[in-house]
Amino acid sequence: MAALIAPLARLLDSDLFYSFRRSPVTVLSALVGLVCLVGAGLAPWLAPHDPFDLASLNLIDAFKPPAWMAEGDGTYPLGTDDQGRDVLSAIMYGARISLLVGICSVIFSTLLGVGLGLVAGYLGGTVDGLLMRIADIQLTFPSILIALLVDGVVRAVLPREVHDQIALFVVIFAIGISAWPQFARTVRSSTLVERNKEYVLAARVIGLSRLHIMLTHVLPNVLGPVLVIATLNLGNAIISEATLSFLGVGVPPTEPSLGTLIRIGNDFLFSGEWWITIFPGVALIAMVLSVNLLGDWLRDALNPKLR
Amino acid sequence: MAEEPMPRAPGTALPHAPGATAMLVADELARHFDVSRPLLQRLLAGEGKRILRAVDGVSFEIPKGTTLSLVGESGCGKSTVARLVVGLYPPTRGRVLFDGQDLHQARAAAAQRRRMQMIFQDPYASLNPRWRVRDIVAEPIRAFGLIPDQAAQRARVAELLTQVGLSPLDGEKYPHEFSGGQRQRISIARALSSNPEFLVCDEPTSALDVSVQAQILNLMKDLQARLGLTYLFISHNLAVVRQVSDRIGVMYLGRLVELAEAETLFTAPRHPYTRALMEAIPDLEMTGRQRIPVGGEVPSPISPPSGCPFHPRCPLADARCKAEMPKLLPLKGQAGTIAACHAVEEGRDPPPTPAGTAQRIGTTETAL
Amino acid sequence: MQPILPSPSRERDGAPILEVRDLRVEFPTRRGTLRALDGVSFSIMPGEVLGVVGESGAGKSMTGAAIIGLLEPPGRIAGGQILLHGRRIDNLRYEAMRKIRGKEIGAIFQDPLTTLNPLYTVGDQLVETMLTHLPIGAAEARKRAIGWLEMVGIPAAAQRVDSYPHEFSGGMRQRVVIALALCAEPRMVVADEPTTALDVSIQAQIIALLKTLAREKGMAMMLVTHDMGVIAETADRVAVMYAGRIAEIGPVRSVVKAPRHPYSEGLMASIPPLDRKVDHLAQIEGAMPRLSAIPPGCAFNPRCPHVFDRCRVERPELLETTATRAACWLYDPASAKQAPEALRHG
Repeated sequence: MAALIAPLARLLDSDLFYSFRRSPVTVLSALVGLVCLVGAGLAPWLAPHDPFDLASLNLIDAFKPPAWMAEGDGTYPLGTDDQGRDVLSAIMYGARISLLVGICSVIFSTLLGVGLGLVAGYLGGTVDGLLMRIADIQLTFPSILIALLVDGVVRAVLPREVHDQIALFVVIFAIGISAWPQFARTVRSSTLVERNKEYVLAARVIGLSRLHIMLTHVLPNVLGPVLVIATLNLGNAIISEATLSFLGVGVPPTEPSLGTLIRIGNDFLFSGEWWITIFPGVALIAMVLSVNLLGDWLRDALNPKLR
Repeated sequence: MAEEPMPRAPGTALPHAPGATAMLVADELARHFDVSRPLLQRLLAGEGKRILRAVDGVSFEIPKGTTLSLVGESGCGKSTVARLVVGLYPPTRGRVLFDGQDLHQARAAAAQRRRMQMIFQDPYASLNPRWRVRDIVAEPIRAFGLIPDQAAQRARVAELLTQVGLSPLDGEKYPHEFSGGQRQRISIARALSSNPEFLVCDEPTSALDVSVQAQILNLMKDLQARLGLTYLFISHNLAVVRQVSDRIGVMYLGRLVELAEAETLFTAPRHPYTRALMEAIPDLEMTGRQRIPVGGEVPSPISPPSGCPFHPRCPLADARCKAEMPKLLPLKGQAGTIAACHAVEEGRDPPPTPAGTAQRIGTTETAL
Repeated sequence: MQPILPSPSRERDGAPILEVRDLRVEFPTRRGTLRALDGVSFSIMPGEVLGVVGESGAGKSMTGAAIIGLLEPPGRIAGGQILLHGRRIDNLRYEAMRKIRGKEIGAIFQDPLTTLNPLYTVGDQLVETMLTHLPIGAAEARKRAIGWLEMVGIPAAAQRVDSYPHEFSGGMRQRVVIALALCAEPRMVVADEPTTALDVSIQAQIIALLKTLAREKGMAMMLVTHDMGVIAETADRVAVMYAGRIAEIGPVRSVVKAPRHPYSEGLMASIPPLDRKVDHLAQIEGAMPRLSAIPPGCAFNPRCPHVFDRCRVERPELLETTATRAACWLYDPASAKQAPEALRHG
């Protein structure tokens, strides 16, 4: 217990937490982010309905408006869609997919980008030149185009049923692969600074291996900016996933994400059933905005020049 | 003292006292850096490769248990020599012998490598900010597998911290909790933790305040006496160098221009550049004398002047100096000193006078 | 508190150019307010160079920054006065202060690259400064710009005037910075470590230049440096700072050769001598306290070899010694009984 309390006390006393507490916008976005995370993560237990349980769906309940409207029904707080699914529950399950794809793809691009950036920065020379040119070329394409390209290639190569099974991984890979250059560039430039610092030279005088120095000395000291980019990228990744799903090339419609929900609801926007698309949209905006604001705060808080 | 016989060809290492074994020998050491612009830009601009001759043929020996200092202004190559000597850079030419063994060979085996360590200039950059002090100090111990037992390792770290004037409890802290002087003590503790015999000290006190500098210099001298360490000491501060050195080499544009016993260098500096350096140091004695600073600036090591690299700033320069690179030659009547100067060789330099006295040699251009 | 007047030996005619009275600078932090400068008082006469020395963090650069109105936020002047020609400048607004900077106070910093704008030629920068502050035309300004470059020792000034900062070497750049600081003919110059970034041989040239210019132009100069050699060569008077206060102030010869405050004594003794080798350098044990942990009484008391009871409770103000003024109870006749053996300086 005491082992837990000491680091916690240090965290509460740290400059980081101080700057967090001092910024109401940050606290608010952290709260919103937390609500999204809990709501999405615990959807199977918290959601009022199971939107994928076909047995419980009833077409009579279709197109019910939100509860506070005249024809609203208390059992469906945010109304229902064309198949009688509860919109709130669909959003919670959808956010789960969105967050899953977002977080996994950010982890993927972080691992890839940090690893390649570290190697490029520390080794320099030809390896550095080669990796950075690849990154440069990739950066000339919009990330959504790369994701579409990856998805298209996978679709063309694999049979449809196999593709549907691994669709989630394809999306994660497609989004993740499009973001690594940003990580790699940042890590590379930090590594270039760190590797000439004298503590790295001291380790080299001892004769430690390059891998050992990279992992134990350089890596911990370049992670600060990575954390910031990872947070900001989480927002982008969620948006990318929503865009892909909206375009119909993302996750399969059997597991609708927020983007899929928005696309489905889009068809009914002008026929009066606005809630089917607006609420998933609001949820998406709230989630991405809170993540981005947290990222902005983190960037400022970790930047010694702005403190 | 009679002139000693020269065991080597002119331009190589200084003859050292007979009987003393050299801990380290640098033999015609050179390191060139390619500072050319990227190939494409170079082709577009139609320019050739640009080679920076940071170190260009430096030889010296350091007998065991003694201190050799290298002094010079920024860009003279003294720090590059330090890095060549610990193997951070491979030499472009020449070689380093560590205890009679080629450096490359000596660094291949951990048992040999642990015998040399380095202390750095910037106490704010030389310690990993994310590590606890005890881990920093123990890093060489772990890397060389010197003490496998955890408890014994901790005891050793505590002992090292005490040895450099810190408390064993300081091991739990992080570097940012210490002042510059204390951080330099931590650096020294880390360097000592593998029981080295040879320490390369690259400007170890130049980032410190003067009162702290005295503490660190005293500590280093104390440790040398107690542990029998051999030092290669790099500094731009002549007064500091005088306090710690047995012998001193003065570097200019990648070459040694004078190498002498420490006391001799200060009582009878011979090379015009050595004299100019001594002349340039602000006078704390306030004798009220008007100093005549050496004019001009250090030329770029990418395109050094022809002949003697110091000739554009040298008051004694003549046609020979402009054309012919002087070799390091032993001085007649001043045993133990070698200097690379035609004027000194030909005897057209003014008689040597101790540093800080009224010695004066004119300069080609003055400051104002 | 009494403003510190220049010591009698150095008294000059006329009023001081700069007078700092009981200056206090504070940094509000979330762990409480740090007092970076506490009761700093001194004055500088025309043609006089006041050297300010001390360890890093002692407050010497902070004093310079406060005078030129460039304290890094959140630092602020919390008390005291800064008077230029008898007029208060510590309470001026940013715009008013900006007009004074350059025109009436010149500033020279350690790193010449950050002072010069890389996008303009040095001539343009000199001309612009002069046009802003002096009632002259463009042609005259350019003529003077070349004159200034010549004065600070730049060879072929007429050609170099159209060069960009990066085309100059480090030493030459610092000369340009000096010209830039002086071209509007300020009567007061704050030079913060002007030679620290330079090599010894260049350092000597710059020191000689500054000294000559201060004398010739009758400027008051505050020279902040940690290098006692530079101070000894350049300054008329010296203020030794410790933990945000002046520990000792007096004529340069007295402070360097016969310091009275135990801290200045230790500081001078710890400078390695050039003319002889010593077995053991004198050293002051310990380190200067952090601003957040300045001990009560005299800030130097935990490191002081002459400490006695009064030092631990009561903070000394500057007291007269033979030639200097030192903030040390050894020089208070009232404490003579307590520390008789320590009063060996007489």
